Amino acid sequence: MSKYTLPELGYSYDALEPHIDKETMELHHSKHHASYVAGLNSALEKLEAARASGDFSAVKHLSREVAFHGSGHALHNIFWKNMGPNGGGEPSSELADAIKNEFGSFDAFKGQFMAAAGAVEGSGWAILGLHKGDDGIDKLMIVQAEKHQNLTVQGITPLLVIDVWEHAYYLRYQNKRPDYVKAFFNVINWNDVAERYSKARA
Amino acid sequence: MYSRRDMLKVFGAGIVGSQIANPEIATAFNSLPVDESGKFVLPALDYSYDALEPNIDKQTMELHHSKHHQGYVNGLNKALDNLMETREKDDMSLVKHWSRELAFHGSGHFLHSIFWKNMSPKGGGEPVGEVAKAINKDFGSFEKFKNHFYSAAKSVEGVGWGILGYHPAADKLMILQAEKHHNLTVHGVVPLLVVDVWEHAYYLRYQNKRGDYIKAFFNVINWNDVEERLKAVR
Repeated sequence: MSKYTLPELGYSYDALEPHIDKETMELHHSKHHASYVAGLNSALEKLEAARASGDFSAVKHLSREVAFHGSGHALHNIFWKNMGPNGGGEPSSELADAIKNEFGSFDAFKGQFMAAAGAVEGSGWAILGLHKGDDGIDKLMIVQAEKHQNLTVQGITPLLVIDVWEHAYYLRYQNKRPDYVKAFFNVINWNDVAERYSKARA
Repeated sequence: MYSRRDMLKVFGAGIVGSQIANPEIATAFNSLPVDESGKFVLPALDYSYDALEPNIDKQTMELHHSKHHQGYVNGLNKALDNLMETREKDDMSLVKHWSRELAFHGSGHFLHSIFWKNMSPKGGGEPVGEVAKAINKDFGSFEKFKNHFYSAAKSVEGVGWGILGYHPAADKLMILQAEKHHNLTVHGVVPLLVVDVWEHAYYLRYQNKRGDYIKAFFNVINWNDVEERLKAVR
């Protein structure tokens, strides 16, 4: 069985200064994200062993571990790519139109996204996602995650995610999460978000 | 005439508010202080923000107490106000939301109030008295308790607490996790010793090294406070 690995960032740890500090980027990527990769691989190995032995007594625990670490790994992969040193500004063309249609305006979208990020109870994420139903309705939605896997809306593909676990901002911003969320808008790589949007609609 | 023990059984441990006949009992319970209008207020620390250095840093203590804990006090008052409004207006449409807010902020305020008293600049060492006896009975030894408590606190998924509690109906000490402040509660357990493992409790000094922070916490535990709490609830 092949293992998951920690992806490269694609930019240096200090590339998002002053919005996100170098020390946070290094800890966040090389320690926190790395632990989700390790946790996911470990849980999957144990499930493989369970299938081999026929002993599923730990399947509840291992399923929870896959949910937590697997979601953590998936969201962090998206997070690093959602950001870049030349980020910021606003989206254009199809994504911009879709945001305007769904939320009324870019500012209204931004307002809800920032409020959702600020209101996450405990650790989690705010997520702009595309919801595709069997009924053929494609809808942009802003959802929260608690931890990584809780409050998932089945059917949503994440397009733009912001980590609001305290480790994502506490060294630079301390308790001032809203300031961090504001700063995040200066590093968003809207090209990456737009690519995800068109892939998700296909 | 009621004995002190009878009064404790009637009111239970960790009473909210100051509507207590005997102020001596209020002190023993470390009751949650309120202002003249009955609103909860942030309790004062018994020591200065730098008193727990180098185990817990001054900046963390200041942010943790004056910002984070204050936020839970405010949230608790707001939830109770809104629940009162739902009753007055007979509009129950948001009772689910305000019940969740009450659970989160109320538990946050309660646990932090215990946390500050559980620590002291003169803390550390090992318990004696009833706590020591109970730890040996229910965990085998202090070392086994410490190892379990450390591991429980370290492995909390996301934000939460490690908790040593006493369950009166079972007459047993138990080590629990909390996620956030109110999840994984075992009904009936009274918290005696709590360690906050939200990242804001340790990230400035320890970054991702939660285990080192928990080890340092053991240097500041005020076992006298833990002893008082166990005596008050048994």
